Amino acid sequence: MIHIEHLKKYYGNFPAVDDISFDVARGEILGFLGPNGAGKTTTMKVITGFYPPNEGRITIDGRDVTEESLKTRAMIGYLPENTPLYHDLTVYEYLKHIADVRQIPNGEQKHRIRTMVEVTGLQHRLGQPISKLSKGFRQRVGLAQAMLHDPKVLVLDEPTIGLDPNQIVEIRDLIRKLGEEKTVILSTHILPEVQATCDRVVIIHQGKLVADGTPEQLQHRFQGRPVITLQVHGAPDDAGEKLLAIAGVETVDREQNSEANVKQFQIATGTTSDPRSDIFRLCVQQGWTLLGMTRRVESLESIFRQLTRRDEPAVPVEEVAA
Amino acid sequence: MNWSVIGAVWRREMRSYFANPTAYIVLAVFLLITGWFFTLNLFKENLAHLRSIFDILPFLLVVFAPAISMRLISEERKSGTLELLVTMPVRDFDVIFGKFLAAFVLYAVALVLTFVYPFTIIVLGDAPVGSIAAGYIGLLLLGAGYLGVGLLGSALTESQIVAFILSFAVSAALAVLVFAAIVIPPPLADIIQYLSTTYHFQNIARGVLDSRDVIYFLSLIFLVLLLASRAMTQRKFL
Ligand SMILES: Nc1ncnc2c1ncn2[C@@H]1O[C@H](COP(=O)(O)OP(=O)(O)OP(=O)(O)O)[C@@H](O)[C@H]1O
Ligand SMILES: [Mg+2]
Repeated sequence: MIHIEHLKKYYGNFPAVDDISFDVARGEILGFLGPNGAGKTTTMKVITGFYPPNEGRITIDGRDVTEESLKTRAMIGYLPENTPLYHDLTVYEYLKHIADVRQIPNGEQKHRIRTMVEVTGLQHRLGQPISKLSKGFRQRVGLAQAMLHDPKVLVLDEPTIGLDPNQIVEIRDLIRKLGEEKTVILSTHILPEVQATCDRVVIIHQGKLVADGTPEQLQHRFQGRPVITLQVHGAPDDAGEKLLAIAGVETVDREQNSEANVKQFQIATGTTSDPRSDIFRLCVQQGWTLLGMTRRVESLESIFRQLTRRDEPAVPVEEVAA
Repeated sequence: MNWSVIGAVWRREMRSYFANPTAYIVLAVFLLITGWFFTLNLFKENLAHLRSIFDILPFLLVVFAPAISMRLISEERKSGTLELLVTMPVRDFDVIFGKFLAAFVLYAVALVLTFVYPFTIIVLGDAPVGSIAAGYIGLLLLGAGYLGVGLLGSALTESQIVAFILSFAVSAALAVLVFAAIVIPPPLADIIQYLSTTYHFQNIARGVLDSRDVIYFLSLIFLVLLLASRAMTQRKFL
Protein backbone atom coordinates (compact mmCIF):
# COMPACT_ATOMS: atom_id res chain seq x y z
CA MET A 1 0.00 0.00 0.00
CA ILE A 2 2.81 2.39 0.91
CA HIS A 3 5.94 1.89 -1.13
CA ILE A 4 9.08 3.86 -0.29
CA GLU A 5 12.03 3.57 -2.61
CA HIS A 6 15.49 5.00 -1.92
CA LEU A 7 14.03 8.06 -0.26
CA LYS A 8 16.38 10.94 0.46
CA LYS A 9 15.45 14.24 2.03
CA TYR A 10 17.95 16.94 2.82
CA TYR A 11 17.66 20.04 4.96
CA GLY A 12 20.27 22.15 3.23
CA ASN A 13 23.23 19.78 3.05
CA PHE A 14 22.12 17.67 5.96
CA PRO A 15 20.56 14.34 4.97
CA ALA A 16 17.69 13.91 7.46
CA VAL A 17 16.50 10.85 5.54
CA ASP A 18 19.28 9.01 3.78
CA ASP A 19 18.27 6.33 1.29
CA ILE A 20 15.41 4.60 3.03
CA SER A 21 13.31 1.91 1.37
CA PHE A 22 10.46 -0.09 2.84
CA ASP A 23 6.91 -1.17 2.11
CA VAL A 24 3.80 -1.20 4.22
CA ALA A 25 1.26 -3.81 3.20
CA ARG A 26 -2.47 -3.14 3.08
CA GLY A 27 -4.00 -3.57 6.52
CA GLU A 28 -0.63 -3.58 8.22
CA ILE A 29 0.25 -1.52 11.29
CA LEU A 30 3.84 -0.42 11.00
CA GLY A 31 5.76 0.87 14.00
CA PHE A 32 8.33 3.47 13.02
CA LEU A 33 11.06 3.58 15.61
CA GLY A 34 14.18 5.62 16.07
CA PRO A 35 15.86 7.89 18.59
CA ASN A 36 15.31 11.66 18.58
CA GLY A 37 16.38 13.21 15.33
CA ALA A 38 16.45 9.90 13.46
CA GLY A 39 14.27 11.25 10.65
CA LYS A 40 10.87 9.74 11.47
CA THR A 41 8.95 12.99 11.27
CA THR A 42 10.78 14.02 8.13
CA THR A 43 9.89 10.72 6.43
CA MET A 44 6.25 11.22 7.37
CA LYS A 45 6.28 14.75 5.98
CA VAL A 46 7.40 13.39 2.64
CA ILE A 47 4.83 10.58 2.67
CA THR A 48 2.04 13.09 3.34
CA GLY A 49 3.23 15.40 0.58
CA PHE A 50 4.39 18.30 2.74
CA TYR A 51 7.93 18.08 1.43
CA PRO A 52 8.87 16.75 -1.98
CA PRO A 53 11.57 14.05 -1.79
CA ASN A 54 15.05 15.07 -2.95
CA GLU A 55 15.63 11.61 -4.35
CA GLY A 56 13.68 8.39 -4.60
CA ARG A 57 9.97 7.99 -4.74
CA ILE A 58 6.95 7.11 -2.67
CA THR A 59 3.73 5.62 -3.93
CA ILE A 60 0.46 5.17 -2.08
CA ASP A 61 -1.75 2.49 -3.59
CA GLY A 62 0.38 2.72 -6.72
CA ARG A 63 0.12 6.50 -7.06
CA ASP A 64 3.19 8.70 -6.81
CA VAL A 65 2.97 11.24 -3.99
CA THR A 66 4.49 14.03 -6.07
CA GLU A 67 2.83 13.32 -9.40
CA GLU A 68 -0.67 12.57 -8.12
CA SER A 69 -0.41 14.47 -4.92
CA LEU A 70 -4.07 15.49 -4.65
CA LYS A 71 -5.15 11.86 -4.96
CA THR A 72 -2.61 10.48 -2.52
CA ARG A 73 -3.32 13.23 -0.02
CA ALA A 74 -7.02 12.35 -0.19
CA MET A 75 -6.17 8.77 0.77
CA ILE A 76 -4.13 9.75 3.83
CA GLY A 77 -5.20 10.80 7.31
CA TYR A 78 -2.36 12.57 9.08
CA LEU A 79 -1.65 13.40 12.67
CA PRO A 80 1.45 15.61 12.64
CA GLU A 81 3.90 15.74 15.53
CA ASN A 82 2.71 17.99 18.38
CA THR A 83 -0.90 17.90 17.13
CA PRO A 84 -1.32 21.35 15.60
CA LEU A 85 -4.91 22.59 15.95
CA TYR A 86 -6.78 25.88 15.60
CA HIS A 87 -7.11 26.86 19.22
CA ASP A 88 -9.74 29.54 18.67
CA LEU A 89 -12.27 27.02 17.35
CA THR A 90 -14.43 24.66 19.36
CA VAL A 91 -14.05 20.93 18.81
CA TYR A 92 -17.16 20.82 16.63
CA GLU A 93 -16.20 23.89 14.61
CA TYR A 94 -12.77 22.44 14.08
CA LEU A 95 -13.99 19.09 12.82
CA LYS A 96 -16.56 20.85 10.64
CA HIS A 97 -13.77 22.99 9.17
CA ILE A 98 -11.67 19.92 8.42
CA ALA A 99 -14.69 18.24 6.82
CA ASP A 100 -15.17 21.32 4.62
CA VAL A 101 -11.54 21.52 3.57
CA ARG A 102 -11.53 17.79 2.86
CA GLN A 103 -14.64 18.32 0.74
CA ILE A 104 -16.65 15.67 2.53
CA PRO A 105 -20.16 16.00 1.03
CA ASN A 106 -22.51 18.03 3.24
CA GLY A 107 -24.89 15.12 3.67
CA GLU A 108 -22.19 12.89 5.14
CA GLN A 109 -20.42 15.44 7.33
CA LYS A 110 -22.74 15.13 10.37
CA HIS A 111 -22.53 11.36 10.31
CA ARG A 112 -18.75 11.29 9.94
CA ILE A 113 -18.22 13.84 12.70
CA ARG A 114 -20.57 11.98 15.03
CA THR A 115 -18.84 8.66 14.36
CA MET A 116 -15.35 10.04 14.98
CA VAL A 117 -16.46 11.90 18.07
CA GLU A 118 -17.85 8.67 19.52
CA VAL A 119 -14.80 6.67 18.56
CA THR A 120 -12.44 9.13 20.23
CA GLY A 121 -14.68 9.82 23.22
CA LEU A 122 -15.15 13.53 22.60
CA GLN A 123 -18.95 13.59 23.05
CA HIS A 124 -18.92 15.95 26.01
CA ARG A 125 -16.29 18.30 24.60
CA LEU A 126 -17.89 19.30 21.31
CA GLY A 127 -18.74 22.84 22.40
CA GLN A 128 -15.45 23.52 24.16
CA PRO A 129 -12.79 25.72 22.61
CA ILE A 130 -9.72 23.65 21.78
CA SER A 131 -7.57 26.11 23.75
CA LYS A 132 -9.34 24.95 26.92
CA LEU A 133 -8.81 21.23 26.35
CA SER A 134 -6.20 19.14 28.14
CA LYS A 135 -3.36 17.68 26.11
CA GLY A 136 -4.91 14.24 25.99
CA PHE A 137 -8.17 15.59 24.62
CA ARG A 138 -6.35 17.66 22.03
CA GLN A 139 -4.63 14.48 20.98
CA ARG A 140 -8.04 12.88 20.54
CA VAL A 141 -9.21 15.81 18.43
CA GLY A 142 -6.11 15.30 16.29
CA LEU A 143 -6.94 11.63 15.86
CA ALA A 144 -10.59 12.37 15.07
CA GLN A 145 -9.44 14.84 12.43
CA ALA A 146 -7.06 12.30 10.90
CA MET A 147 -9.80 9.71 10.53
CA LEU A 148 -12.65 12.01 9.60
CA HIS A 149 -12.67 11.15 5.91
CA ASP A 150 -12.28 7.42 6.53
CA PRO A 151 -8.85 7.30 4.88
CA LYS A 152 -7.20 4.14 3.64
CA VAL A 153 -3.88 5.16 5.12
CA LEU A 154 -3.18 6.67 8.52
CA VAL A 155 0.10 8.42 9.22
CA LEU A 156 0.39 9.09 12.95
CA ASP A 157 3.41 10.89 14.39
CA GLU A 158 3.64 9.88 18.04
CA PRO A 159 -0.09 9.38 18.51
CA THR A 160 -0.04 8.44 22.19
CA ILE A 161 2.30 11.12 23.45
CA GLY A 162 0.80 13.10 26.31
CA LEU A 163 -1.94 10.60 27.05
CA ASP A 164 -2.55 9.05 30.45
CA PRO A 165 -2.10 5.25 30.77
CA ASN A 166 -5.83 4.56 30.38
CA GLN A 167 -6.06 6.68 27.28
CA ILE A 168 -2.94 5.07 25.87
CA VAL A 169 -4.58 1.66 26.13
CA GLU A 170 -7.78 3.03 24.57
CA ILE A 171 -5.96 4.68 21.68
CA ARG A 172 -3.86 1.59 21.06
CA ASP A 173 -6.97 -0.54 20.98
CA LEU A 174 -8.50 1.97 18.62
CA ILE A 175 -5.49 1.90 16.32
CA ARG A 176 -5.47 -1.89 16.36
CA LYS A 177 -9.16 -1.96 15.52
CA LEU A 178 -8.67 0.53 12.70
CA GLY A 179 -5.64 -1.41 11.57
CA GLU A 180 -7.85 -4.30 10.59
CA GLU A 181 -8.95 -2.43 7.50
CA LYS A 182 -6.56 0.49 7.28
CA THR A 183 -2.87 0.74 6.64
CA VAL A 184 -1.26 2.51 9.57
CA ILE A 185 2.22 3.90 10.01
CA LEU A 186 2.90 5.24 13.47
CA SER A 187 6.06 6.62 14.98
CA THR A 188 6.86 6.18 18.62
CA HIS A 189 9.57 6.03 21.22
CA ILE A 190 7.61 3.65 23.42
CA LEU A 191 8.73 0.10 22.75
CA PRO A 192 5.96 -1.75 24.56
CA GLU A 193 3.64 0.19 22.28
CA VAL A 194 5.22 -1.40 19.26
CA GLN A 195 4.90 -4.85 20.73
CA ALA A 196 1.31 -4.15 21.73
CA THR A 197 0.06 -2.63 18.49
CA CYS A 198 2.32 -3.18 15.53
CA ASP A 199 2.52 -6.00 13.01
CA ARG A 200 5.88 -4.82 11.84
CA VAL A 201 8.70 -2.58 12.98
CA VAL A 202 11.06 -0.37 11.05
CA ILE A 203 13.92 1.13 13.02
CA ILE A 204 15.81 4.10 11.62
CA HIS A 205 18.88 5.81 12.97
CA GLN A 206 20.61 8.91 11.59
CA GLY A 207 18.36 8.83 8.56
CA LYS A 208 19.21 5.24 7.69
CA LEU A 209 17.14 2.12 8.02
CA VAL A 210 18.76 -0.23 10.50
CA ALA A 211 16.10 -2.90 11.02
CA ASP A 212 12.88 -4.07 9.40
CA GLY A 213 10.72 -7.00 10.47
CA THR A 214 8.02 -8.24 12.83
CA PRO A 215 8.79 -7.70 16.52
CA GLU A 216 9.40 -11.49 16.79
CA GLN A 217 11.69 -11.56 13.77
CA LEU A 218 13.76 -8.71 15.13
CA GLN A 219 14.01 -10.40 18.47
CA HIS A 220 15.08 -13.56 16.78
CA ARG A 221 17.53 -11.98 14.39
CA PHE A 222 19.26 -9.71 16.82
CA GLN A 223 19.15 -11.66 20.01
CA GLY A 224 22.42 -12.84 21.39
CA ARG A 225 22.34 -16.30 22.94
CA PRO A 226 19.78 -16.60 25.71
CA VAL A 227 21.46 -16.45 29.09
CA ILE A 228 20.44 -18.41 32.16
CA THR A 229 21.31 -17.05 35.57
CA LEU A 230 21.62 -19.84 38.11
CA GLN A 231 22.04 -19.65 41.88
CA VAL A 232 22.74 -22.78 43.87
CA HIS A 233 23.60 -23.54 47.48
CA GLY A 234 26.08 -26.21 48.46
CA ALA A 235 27.68 -26.85 45.09
CA PRO A 236 31.32 -27.90 44.94
CA ASP A 237 34.00 -26.01 43.01
CA ASP A 238 33.78 -28.27 39.99
CA ALA A 239 30.04 -27.61 39.57
CA GLY A 240 30.86 -25.48 36.55
CA GLU A 241 32.27 -28.42 34.62
CA LYS A 242 29.23 -30.53 35.41
CA LEU A 243 26.97 -27.78 34.08
CA LEU A 244 29.06 -27.44 30.94
CA ALA A 245 28.52 -31.14 30.23
CA ILE A 246 24.77 -30.58 29.80
CA ALA A 247 23.60 -30.62 26.19
CA GLY A 248 22.86 -27.15 24.82
CA VAL A 249 25.08 -25.29 27.28
CA GLU A 250 27.82 -23.37 25.54
CA THR A 251 29.66 -21.45 28.22
CA VAL A 252 29.51 -21.23 31.98
CA ASP A 253 30.84 -18.27 33.92
CA ARG A 254 31.01 -18.14 37.62
CA GLU A 255 29.92 -14.85 39.11
CA GLN A 256 30.71 -13.25 42.44
CA ASN A 257 28.16 -13.86 45.14
CA SER A 258 28.67 -12.61 48.68
CA GLU A 259 26.35 -15.10 50.36
CA ALA A 260 28.16 -17.95 52.10
CA ASN A 261 28.24 -21.21 50.24
CA VAL A 262 26.15 -19.81 47.36
CA LYS A 263 27.46 -20.01 43.81
CA GLN A 264 26.12 -18.03 40.90
CA PHE A 265 26.60 -18.90 37.24
CA GLN A 266 25.86 -17.22 33.92
CA ILE A 267 25.10 -19.99 31.51
CA ALA A 268 24.99 -19.12 27.82
CA THR A 269 23.04 -21.52 25.63
CA GLY A 270 22.39 -22.05 21.94
CA THR A 271 19.72 -19.80 20.46
CA THR A 272 17.22 -22.63 20.14
CA SER A 273 17.99 -24.78 23.16
CA ASP A 274 16.60 -24.37 26.65
CA PRO A 275 18.44 -26.74 29.04
CA ARG A 276 16.68 -25.49 32.17
CA SER A 277 15.04 -28.81 33.01
CA ASP A 278 18.38 -30.63 32.65
CA ILE A 279 20.00 -28.10 34.95
CA PHE A 280 17.23 -28.62 37.47
CA ARG A 281 17.69 -32.41 37.31
CA LEU A 282 21.45 -32.08 37.78
CA CYS A 283 20.90 -30.01 40.92
CA VAL A 284 18.50 -32.58 42.38
CA GLN A 285 20.84 -35.42 41.47
CA GLN A 286 23.88 -33.72 43.03
CA GLY A 287 21.96 -32.58 46.09
CA TRP A 288 22.49 -28.84 45.44
CA THR A 289 19.79 -26.51 46.61
CA LEU A 290 18.40 -24.51 43.71
CA LEU A 291 17.92 -20.91 44.85
CA GLY A 292 17.08 -19.29 41.53
CA MET A 293 17.12 -19.79 37.81
CA THR A 294 16.02 -17.27 35.14
CA ARG A 295 16.37 -17.26 31.38
CA ARG A 296 16.65 -13.93 29.63
CA VAL A 297 16.20 -13.25 25.95
CA GLU A 298 17.12 -9.82 24.66
CA SER A 299 14.15 -7.51 24.63
CA LEU A 300 13.18 -5.29 21.75
CA GLU A 301 14.36 -2.49 23.97
CA SER A 302 17.93 -3.69 24.10
CA ILE A 303 17.86 -4.44 20.38
CA PHE A 304 16.74 -0.87 19.85
CA ARG A 305 19.51 0.46 22.05
CA GLN A 306 22.05 -1.75 20.37
CA LEU A 307 21.06 -0.55 16.91
CA THR A 308 20.81 3.13 17.67
CA ARG A 309 23.74 3.88 19.90
CA ARG A 310 24.58 7.52 19.64
CA ASP A 311 28.32 7.17 19.32
CA GLU A 312 28.21 4.67 16.50
CA PRO A 313 27.36 5.47 12.92
CA ALA A 314 24.24 3.83 11.60
CA VAL A 315 24.80 0.57 9.78
CA PRO A 316 22.25 0.07 7.01
CA VAL A 317 20.00 -2.94 7.33
CA GLU A 318 21.47 -4.99 4.48
CA GLU A 319 24.83 -5.08 6.21
CA VAL A 320 23.32 -5.96 9.55
CA ALA A 321 21.43 -8.84 8.06
CA ALA A 322 24.48 -10.14 6.21
CA MET B 1 -10.40 26.71 -8.36
CA ASN B 2 -12.27 24.68 -5.81
CA TRP B 3 -14.78 26.95 -4.13
CA SER B 4 -15.55 24.66 -1.24
CA VAL B 5 -11.88 24.76 -0.23
CA ILE B 6 -11.64 28.50 -0.83
CA GLY B 7 -14.84 29.01 1.14
CA ALA B 8 -13.69 26.88 4.07
CA VAL B 9 -10.35 28.69 4.31
CA TRP B 10 -12.10 32.05 3.93
CA ARG B 11 -14.61 31.32 6.70
CA ARG B 12 -11.90 30.28 9.12
CA GLU B 13 -9.83 33.38 8.43
CA MET B 14 -12.84 35.68 8.81
CA ARG B 15 -13.66 34.01 12.09
CA SER B 16 -10.13 34.35 13.23
CA TYR B 17 -10.09 38.07 12.39
CA PHE B 18 -13.24 38.80 14.33
CA ALA B 19 -12.61 36.37 17.19
CA ASN B 20 -9.44 38.28 18.02
CA PRO B 21 -9.16 41.98 18.74
CA THR B 22 -7.16 42.39 15.50
CA ALA B 23 -10.02 43.22 13.20
CA TYR B 24 -11.60 45.71 15.58
CA ILE B 25 -8.32 47.46 16.28
CA VAL B 26 -7.49 47.63 12.60
CA LEU B 27 -10.91 49.01 11.71
CA ALA B 28 -10.83 51.54 14.55
CA VAL B 29 -7.36 52.81 13.69
CA PHE B 30 -8.29 53.03 10.03
CA LEU B 31 -11.39 55.07 10.78
CA LEU B 32 -9.61 57.29 13.29
CA ILE B 33 -6.83 58.23 10.91
CA THR B 34 -9.02 58.82 7.90
CA GLY B 35 -11.52 60.70 10.07
CA TRP B 36 -8.81 62.88 11.52
CA PHE B 37 -7.51 63.91 8.10
CA PHE B 38 -11.01 64.43 6.81
CA THR B 39 -12.14 66.76 9.61
CA LEU B 40 -8.82 68.59 9.59
CA ASN B 41 -9.42 69.34 5.96
CA LEU B 42 -13.00 70.28 6.58
CA PHE B 43 -12.16 72.93 9.19
CA LYS B 44 -8.87 74.19 7.89
CA GLU B 45 -9.95 74.91 4.37
CA ASN B 46 -13.62 75.21 5.29
CA LEU B 47 -14.10 73.12 2.25
CA ALA B 48 -15.69 69.77 1.93
CA HIS B 49 -13.85 67.37 -0.32
CA LEU B 50 -12.25 63.97 -0.20
CA ARG B 51 -8.66 65.04 -0.82
CA SER B 52 -7.83 63.56 2.57
CA ILE B 53 -9.06 60.14 1.63
CA PHE B 54 -7.83 59.95 -1.92
CA ASP B 55 -4.46 61.63 -1.34
CA ILE B 56 -3.41 60.21 1.98
CA LEU B 57 -5.06 56.82 2.12
CA PRO B 58 -3.02 55.31 -0.74
CA PHE B 59 0.10 55.84 1.36
CA LEU B 60 -1.54 54.73 4.59
CA LEU B 61 -2.40 51.47 2.86
CA VAL B 62 1.28 50.64 2.56
CA VAL B 63 1.27 50.17 6.33
CA PHE B 64 -2.33 49.12 6.77
CA ALA B 65 -2.43 46.23 4.26
CA PRO B 66 0.63 44.35 5.57
CA ALA B 67 -0.82 44.71 9.08
CA ILE B 68 -3.95 42.90 7.94
CA SER B 69 -2.22 40.17 5.99
CA MET B 70 0.97 39.50 7.95
CA ARG B 71 -0.51 36.73 10.11
CA LEU B 72 -2.32 34.83 7.37
CA ILE B 73 0.36 32.22 6.70
CA SER B 74 3.16 33.04 9.16
CA GLU B 75 0.95 32.21 12.12
CA GLU B 76 -0.10 28.86 10.68
CA ARG B 77 3.47 27.98 9.79
CA LYS B 78 4.60 28.77 13.31
CA SER B 79 1.85 26.78 15.03
CA GLY B 80 2.19 23.87 12.61
CA THR B 81 -1.40 23.97 11.37
CA LEU B 82 -0.14 24.90 7.90
CA GLU B 83 1.33 21.42 7.55
CA LEU B 84 -2.00 19.84 8.27
CA LEU B 85 -3.82 22.23 5.95
CA VAL B 86 -1.60 21.69 2.93
CA THR B 87 -1.39 17.91 3.37
CA MET B 88 -5.13 17.76 2.84
CA PRO B 89 -6.20 17.42 -0.78
CA VAL B 90 -6.21 21.14 -1.55
CA ARG B 91 -4.47 23.18 -4.18
CA ASP B 92 -2.03 25.67 -2.73
CA PHE B 93 -3.53 28.44 -4.82
CA ASP B 94 -7.01 27.78 -3.41
CA VAL B 95 -5.67 28.08 0.12
CA ILE B 96 -3.92 31.33 -0.77
CA PHE B 97 -6.97 32.69 -2.54
CA GLY B 98 -9.26 31.91 0.41
CA LYS B 99 -6.89 33.75 2.73
CA PHE B 100 -6.60 36.65 0.32
CA LEU B 101 -10.38 36.98 0.10
CA ALA B 102 -10.65 37.11 3.89
CA ALA B 103 -8.15 39.96 4.09
CA PHE B 104 -9.86 41.66 1.17
CA VAL B 105 -13.29 41.49 2.80
CA LEU B 106 -11.94 42.93 6.04
CA TYR B 107 -10.39 45.77 4.06
CA ALA B 108 -13.59 46.32 2.09
CA VAL B 109 -15.51 46.59 5.35
CA ALA B 110 -13.05 49.24 6.50
CA LEU B 111 -13.58 51.14 3.25
CA VAL B 112 -17.35 50.92 3.51
CA LEU B 113 -17.17 52.39 7.00
CA THR B 114 -15.45 55.48 5.57
CA PHE B 115 -18.54 56.12 3.44
CA VAL B 116 -19.65 58.47 6.25
CA TYR B 117 -17.25 61.07 4.86
CA PRO B 118 -18.54 61.18 1.29
CA PHE B 119 -22.06 61.13 2.69
CA THR B 120 -21.25 64.20 4.77
CA ILE B 121 -20.02 65.94 1.65
CA ILE B 122 -23.04 64.95 -0.37
CA VAL B 123 -25.26 66.27 2.41
CA LEU B 124 -23.25 69.50 2.76
CA GLY B 125 -23.19 70.38 -0.87
CA ASP B 126 -23.06 69.13 -4.38
CA ALA B 127 -20.46 66.42 -4.56
CA PRO B 128 -18.97 64.82 -7.67
CA VAL B 129 -20.48 61.38 -7.08
CA GLY B 130 -18.78 59.93 -10.15
CA SER B 131 -15.26 60.83 -9.10
CA ILE B 132 -15.92 59.67 -5.55
CA ALA B 133 -17.00 56.29 -6.89
CA ALA B 134 -13.91 56.13 -9.12
CA GLY B 135 -11.72 56.95 -6.15
CA TYR B 136 -13.21 54.14 -4.15
CA ILE B 137 -12.77 51.65 -6.97
CA GLY B 138 -9.15 52.72 -7.14
CA LEU B 139 -8.71 52.30 -3.40
CA LEU B 140 -10.24 48.85 -3.56
CA LEU B 141 -7.85 47.70 -6.29
CA LEU B 142 -4.84 49.38 -4.72
CA GLY B 143 -5.54 47.83 -1.33
CA ALA B 144 -6.08 44.42 -2.91
CA GLY B 145 -2.66 44.68 -4.56
CA TYR B 146 -0.95 45.52 -1.27
CA LEU B 147 -2.83 42.76 0.53
CA GLY B 148 -1.52 40.32 -2.08
CA VAL B 149 2.01 41.57 -1.48
CA GLY B 150 1.38 41.18 2.25
CA LEU B 151 0.26 37.61 1.74
CA LEU B 152 3.44 36.88 -0.18
CA GLY B 153 5.48 38.30 2.70
CA SER B 154 3.53 36.15 5.13
CA ALA B 155 4.18 33.05 3.03
CA LEU B 156 7.92 33.61 3.18
CA THR B 157 8.48 33.57 6.94
CA GLU B 158 7.03 32.25 10.15
CA SER B 159 7.62 35.60 11.84
CA GLN B 160 4.75 38.06 11.53
CA ILE B 161 7.07 40.99 12.17
CA VAL B 162 9.42 39.95 9.38
CA ALA B 163 6.42 39.38 7.12
CA PHE B 164 5.20 42.89 7.91
CA ILE B 165 8.55 44.52 7.24
CA LEU B 166 9.08 42.62 3.98
CA SER B 167 5.67 43.45 2.57
CA PHE B 168 5.85 47.05 3.80
CA ALA B 169 9.16 47.47 1.97
CA VAL B 170 7.86 46.02 -1.29
CA SER B 171 4.57 47.93 -1.15
CA ALA B 172 6.33 51.18 -0.33
CA ALA B 173 8.70 50.66 -3.25
CA LEU B 174 5.78 50.06 -5.61
CA ALA B 175 4.07 53.16 -4.23
CA VAL B 176 6.98 55.63 -4.59
CA LEU B 177 8.21 54.34 -7.93
CA VAL B 178 5.94 56.96 -9.49
CA PHE B 179 8.24 59.71 -8.26
CA ALA B 180 11.14 58.15 -10.08
CA ALA B 181 9.85 59.89 -13.18
CA ILE B 182 11.05 63.16 -11.70
CA VAL B 183 14.71 62.20 -11.60
CA ILE B 184 14.99 59.65 -14.41
CA PRO B 185 15.04 60.51 -18.14
CA PRO B 186 11.75 59.96 -20.03
CA PRO B 187 11.85 56.58 -21.79
CA LEU B 188 12.95 54.72 -18.71
CA ALA B 189 10.84 56.88 -16.43
CA ASP B 190 7.72 55.89 -18.31
CA ILE B 191 8.37 52.23 -17.77
CA ILE B 192 9.17 52.69 -14.10
CA GLN B 193 6.14 54.85 -13.63
CA TYR B 194 4.04 52.20 -15.28
CA LEU B 195 5.16 49.70 -12.63
CA SER B 196 4.05 51.96 -9.81
CA THR B 197 0.81 51.26 -7.99
CA THR B 198 0.33 54.93 -7.21
CA TYR B 199 0.45 55.86 -10.88
CA HIS B 200 -2.39 53.52 -11.78
CA PHE B 201 -4.37 54.48 -8.71
CA GLN B 202 -4.15 58.14 -9.65
CA ASN B 203 -5.31 57.34 -13.17
CA ILE B 204 -8.37 55.54 -11.85
CA ALA B 205 -9.10 58.14 -9.16
CA ARG B 206 -9.08 60.86 -11.81
CA GLY B 207 -12.30 59.31 -13.00
CA VAL B 208 -11.19 57.80 -16.25
CA LEU B 209 -11.58 54.09 -15.86
CA ASP B 210 -9.01 52.77 -18.29
CA SER B 211 -8.87 49.00 -18.67
CA ARG B 212 -5.06 49.13 -18.63
CA ASP B 213 -5.06 50.35 -15.03
CA VAL B 214 -7.51 47.68 -13.97
CA ILE B 215 -5.49 45.03 -15.79
CA TYR B 216 -2.34 46.28 -14.04
CA PHE B 217 -3.85 45.67 -10.62
CA LEU B 218 -5.41 42.34 -11.54
CA SER B 219 -2.13 41.04 -12.91
CA LEU B 220 -0.23 42.34 -9.90
CA ILE B 221 -2.64 40.52 -7.60
CA PHE B 222 -2.50 37.32 -9.65
CA LEU B 223 1.29 37.39 -9.78
CA VAL B 224 1.84 37.90 -6.05
CA LEU B 225 -0.77 35.27 -5.16
CA LEU B 226 0.91 32.81 -7.49
CA LEU B 227 4.28 33.56 -5.90
CA ALA B 228 2.73 33.27 -2.46
CA SER B 229 1.35 29.83 -3.20
CA ARG B 230 4.76 28.72 -4.42
CA ALA B 231 6.38 30.19 -1.33
CA MET B 232 3.89 28.60 1.05
CA THR B 233 5.06 25.05 0.29
CA GLN B 234 8.07 23.75 -1.54
CA ARG B 235 5.90 21.80 -3.91
CA LYS B 236 5.94 22.16 -7.64
CA PHE B 237 2.20 21.81 -8.14
CA LEU B 238 -0.16 24.62 -7.25
N1 LIG C 1 13.00 22.15 9.23
C1 LIG C 1 14.21 21.61 9.49
N2 LIG C 1 15.33 22.25 9.10
C2 LIG C 1 16.55 21.73 9.34
N3 LIG C 1 16.76 20.56 9.95
C3 LIG C 1 15.70 19.87 10.37
C4 LIG C 1 14.36 20.36 10.16
N4 LIG C 1 13.50 19.46 10.67
C5 LIG C 1 14.25 18.46 11.18
N5 LIG C 1 15.57 18.69 11.00
C6 LIG C 1 16.67 17.80 11.39
O1 LIG C 1 16.49 16.57 10.72
C7 LIG C 1 16.76 15.48 11.57
C8 LIG C 1 15.58 14.55 11.62
O2 LIG C 1 14.52 15.20 12.29
P1 LIG C 1 13.11 14.52 12.52
O3 LIG C 1 12.22 15.56 13.11
O4 LIG C 1 12.67 13.86 11.27
O5 LIG C 1 13.46 13.41 13.60
P2 LIG C 1 12.50 12.44 14.41
O6 LIG C 1 12.96 11.07 14.14
O7 LIG C 1 11.08 12.75 14.14
O8 LIG C 1 12.86 12.83 15.92
P3 LIG C 1 11.94 12.89 17.22
O9 LIG C 1 11.90 11.51 17.74
O10 LIG C 1 12.70 13.80 18.12
O11 LIG C 1 10.60 13.42 16.83
C9 LIG C 1 17.14 16.07 12.91
O12 LIG C 1 18.55 16.06 12.99
C10 LIG C 1 16.62 17.48 12.86
O13 LIG C 1 17.46 18.34 13.60
MG1 LIG D 1 9.53 13.39 15.24
